[in-house]
Amino acid sequence: MLFIKCPYCGIRSQNEFAYGGDATVKRPELNKEISDKEWDDFVYNRKSPRGKHLEFWHHISGCRQWFKVHRDTATHEIFKTLKPHEEL
Amino acid sequence: MTQEFRLKDEGLIDRSKKISFKFNGKKYFGYEGDTLASALIANGVHLVGRSFKYHRPRGFYGAGVDDPYALVQLIRNNETIPNIKATEQELFEGLEAKSVNCWPNVNFDIGGINNFLRIFLPAGFYYKTFMWPKSFWYRIYEPFIRKAAGFGVVTHEHDKERYEHKYEYCDLLVTGSGPSGLASAYSAAKNGAKVILAEDKPRFGGSLLTSEVTIGNQTGKEWADKIVTELKEMPNVVVKNRAQVFGYYDHNMLVMSERISEHMPKTEKFMPKQKLWYIRAKEVVISSGSIERPIVFGNNDTPGILLSSAAKEYMKVYGVLVGKKPLIFTNNDSAYETAIEFKKNGINPIVLDSRKELNSDLITEAKNLGIDIKFEHVVVNANGYRKVKSADIAKISEDKTNLGKIENIACDCICVSGFWTPTIHLASQSGGKTKFNKDIDAFIPSQSKQNETTVGSANGIFNLNDTLKNSFEAGYELSKKITSKENKLSVPAVVEKKNSKHDKFWCVPLPKGKKYKRFLDFQNDVAVSDIELALREGYRSIEHVKRYTTLGMATDQGKTSNLNGLQLVSNIENKVVPEVGHTTFRPPYTPVSIGAIVGREVGKHSKPTRKSPMHSWHEKNNAVFVDAGLWLRPRYYKKGNETLFDASKREAENVRKNVGVCDVTTLGKIDVKGPDAAEFLNRVYTNAWLKLPVGKARYGVMLREDGIVMDDGTTTRVSENHYHMTTTTAQAANVLSHLEYYLQIVWPELNVNVVSTTEQWAGAAIAGPKSRDLLQKLFPETDCSNEGLPFMGFIETKLFGVYARIFRISFSGELAYEVNVESDNGNFMWEKIIELGEEFKIQPYGTEALSTLRIEMGHVAGSELDGRTTPFDNSLEGLLSKKKDFIGKRSLQKEAFISPDREKIVGVVPLDKKTSIPEGSYIVRDANAKLPNPKLGHVSASCWSVEYNNPFSLAIIKDGKNMIGQKLFALSPLKNKSIPVEIVSSHYVDPKGERVRS
Ligand SMILES: [Zn+2]
Repeated sequence: MLFIKCPYCGIRSQNEFAYGGDATVKRPELNKEISDKEWDDFVYNRKSPRGKHLEFWHHISGCRQWFKVHRDTATHEIFKTLKPHEEL
Repeated sequence: MTQEFRLKDEGLIDRSKKISFKFNGKKYFGYEGDTLASALIANGVHLVGRSFKYHRPRGFYGAGVDDPYALVQLIRNNETIPNIKATEQELFEGLEAKSVNCWPNVNFDIGGINNFLRIFLPAGFYYKTFMWPKSFWYRIYEPFIRKAAGFGVVTHEHDKERYEHKYEYCDLLVTGSGPSGLASAYSAAKNGAKVILAEDKPRFGGSLLTSEVTIGNQTGKEWADKIVTELKEMPNVVVKNRAQVFGYYDHNMLVMSERISEHMPKTEKFMPKQKLWYIRAKEVVISSGSIERPIVFGNNDTPGILLSSAAKEYMKVYGVLVGKKPLIFTNNDSAYETAIEFKKNGINPIVLDSRKELNSDLITEAKNLGIDIKFEHVVVNANGYRKVKSADIAKISEDKTNLGKIENIACDCICVSGFWTPTIHLASQSGGKTKFNKDIDAFIPSQSKQNETTVGSANGIFNLNDTLKNSFEAGYELSKKITSKENKLSVPAVVEKKNSKHDKFWCVPLPKGKKYKRFLDFQNDVAVSDIELALREGYRSIEHVKRYTTLGMATDQGKTSNLNGLQLVSNIENKVVPEVGHTTFRPPYTPVSIGAIVGREVGKHSKPTRKSPMHSWHEKNNAVFVDAGLWLRPRYYKKGNETLFDASKREAENVRKNVGVCDVTTLGKIDVKGPDAAEFLNRVYTNAWLKLPVGKARYGVMLREDGIVMDDGTTTRVSENHYHMTTTTAQAANVLSHLEYYLQIVWPELNVNVVSTTEQWAGAAIAGPKSRDLLQKLFPETDCSNEGLPFMGFIETKLFGVYARIFRISFSGELAYEVNVESDNGNFMWEKIIELGEEFKIQPYGTEALSTLRIEMGHVAGSELDGRTTPFDNSLEGLLSKKKDFIGKRSLQKEAFISPDREKIVGVVPLDKKTSIPEGSYIVRDANAKLPNPKLGHVSASCWSVEYNNPFSLAIIKDGKNMIGQKLFALSPLKNKSIPVEIVSSHYVDPKGERVRS
């Protein structure tokens, strides 16, 4: 079980959190004309890397805040956690 | 009855407490402090089971967790438990155990015939043989293998025992209480660290219980006792025996199983049988010790052959002789301690040492005691079937390839020592690297990945002096990192015997013309010849060899077999062991009860049960409940002998005719507040929300970004910046997360907050033509007329002094209202509705009637919004705004989503107007078409239409709208039904929706 540092609550066990997907994906702006490819890249296409990955987690049984986790998908090492609008 | 093999007063058992027990139906005696194994050996019983594949007789090979043989079926307090290790099970009064893997009994076992057929059962036998013909697998092979396999039987009864989970945090977790564990725990604890010390066995001390050493001015055991006593008194230390740390997981989370009451005849009330500890440790000291390695020779699995360290432990801890004519076969000094112990107890052992004559403290002592030592000698083969009777021994050449003349000597046990293998399981599980240490022919931990440090013999250090020095140091350094204290203890002086170098010899060659089976893996019956065969057949990777031969795959996880297997593969392959590498160590280190893993989360406790405030009323009024997610909801209210069908029909009819009331508390409710709330809803829902006036509700559909319908429900504008959103019961939690995601990540500029209010409100849906009359009675001072409270209207008012909200919304398709009051007033509201509704013939209705009403109205619900359907599929396109963007809108342009071929919602009526269509049935054109019959779609929901008094279903079928009027078939292969049906509109009742507006 991972030990994750919520930027708002501190270090808590993984069972308080829900995984929320790739955090490098940005939703296209509303009302903007975009190509099928751009939309598919947003909705479906993910790199799923082995190694470092910036991802969203949701402190679902805690403060209910979404935040970013920089984690190694192979070793589970967590390098850093960030608030949603902080950059690495 | 005398215990023939019990020593007079040696050992740590309590001779004043005699214990009776039964093994295979026969009564024996032992003493408190015995294990089942030691008590059996004391009684001369060595045959305990049969091996897995060849059903060869099995005895005891170890004295603890390392034993691969002695698995028994235990009967304790009328419960039967399989896969219990006799070497670990402590004796208690009335214990009963049975041999496993044998039929009809352990002495005469039919499966033993496999032993004589073993030429037919080589490596990969199952893979090769049971593959063909395919049809034989289910009928013949699998049942046969199942019957022949396994170590014991599981009960079909409920496990009545209690298991608990515990979460714990500490600075330092120490796994094992041998000299290295005690020293590191003590040194860290004295430096202020919060320490957990875990010992698998009942007794603390590890090797100190059996070794002849002095620490300070005490014996090893005295020193261990003193340290443990002191640790137990320290407030910053938790000391646990019977506690095995079996798994090392991510981020220094370790799991330990503590056996609380298995050593007692039964579990006391309120006491768990086992406790599973989840321990998050800042640092871990792995002091798991080492396990003696076998030397491989002919028929080396015969009962009576065991590890030399086990023989010593049986004498020194349990006061039990494993035999009276012992042969000791070794390649190193440690077996001499066993020989000396025999000699001290008046038994004359013979030592066969594979090495050239040499001297050391121990060998000299043995010589001085007059022990018969034969250097450069080996055991070639053991004779005896159910128990070893004699050994063929021979001189061996210096290069260990040639055997001299074979000589037969009588013996009743053979104590084997092939040197020591560090127990690196936990270190390896932690993700750390391992390296091969040539000095000890074994792997030791190298680079750590997590915060762990391995000390003592687990790290390949086999002398006490270095072990204590390193462990005191490790405990100090690790604690200093955490506590920043510098209270360093001095290391006590050690007196121990120096060992000479061991011989890198592990397998006795076969004499010419002999084909003795030489076993590597005793539990899975993997012999040298099996590995040789696998390599001949082309298997190279050790992971493949393992799976093909099953080497090390049994419940003992290869504790005694792994290294010899690796030695063999590297010899044949002409490689060195580190090149071959070892297989991956995975948790658990020892088997863990399923009960312990499950803990208290059993049955009703596996998840919370949510009940509405009106639950007790429902109970009192014969509600039959159904699970709706975590909620319990009334499915129907049973009257007399009514069936589900009768009751739900009655309830639904009453709604259509008079008025009904349904508990809708379980609907998800979310408060959406803030100046940008309207804009937010406009983005979340597919329809327009900016112009919804205060005091009005609106139905909305929300999509996922991939265009699939996520949820639907009504949202009401309570005040300028405050909306009350409802979701389906099932999706409530997902919708909240979804909203939070967009507010926190995607559109943080929107000034909106959301919070779940599901449990704050109790809800009652009042539906039926007489619902307005009832409402007016409930709220006499409120204008409940069609003008005062029109369809989709909302008012805040008082219900006999209690704050209430009325929403004029309808799921049933009738004139209907939903009344919400604060949860605490739910029961009051409900009882008022029932009381005042009496004159209108009110009846409560459950989820079954609710479904009926919505299905015949063609209202979609979870069975249509199943995570695969678009708004088009559900005929919800009228709710898609063309003017604005919303979540998932761009996906609706996808070709697949707008294809005319897409499945769409329709109604289905059986032609005979009688036969109900099972949910999940296929809709097909031709009931008798050749398989696979092309499927047009499926039936999503079925009911008995109370309006038309015939069955009606909703279905989602290809090109649905153009199918209306067609005669098709509903097929249910599960229920073996083929029903001719007609496709109709999904809006079966009141298609114009006049009733809700009336
Ligand atoms: Zn948090």
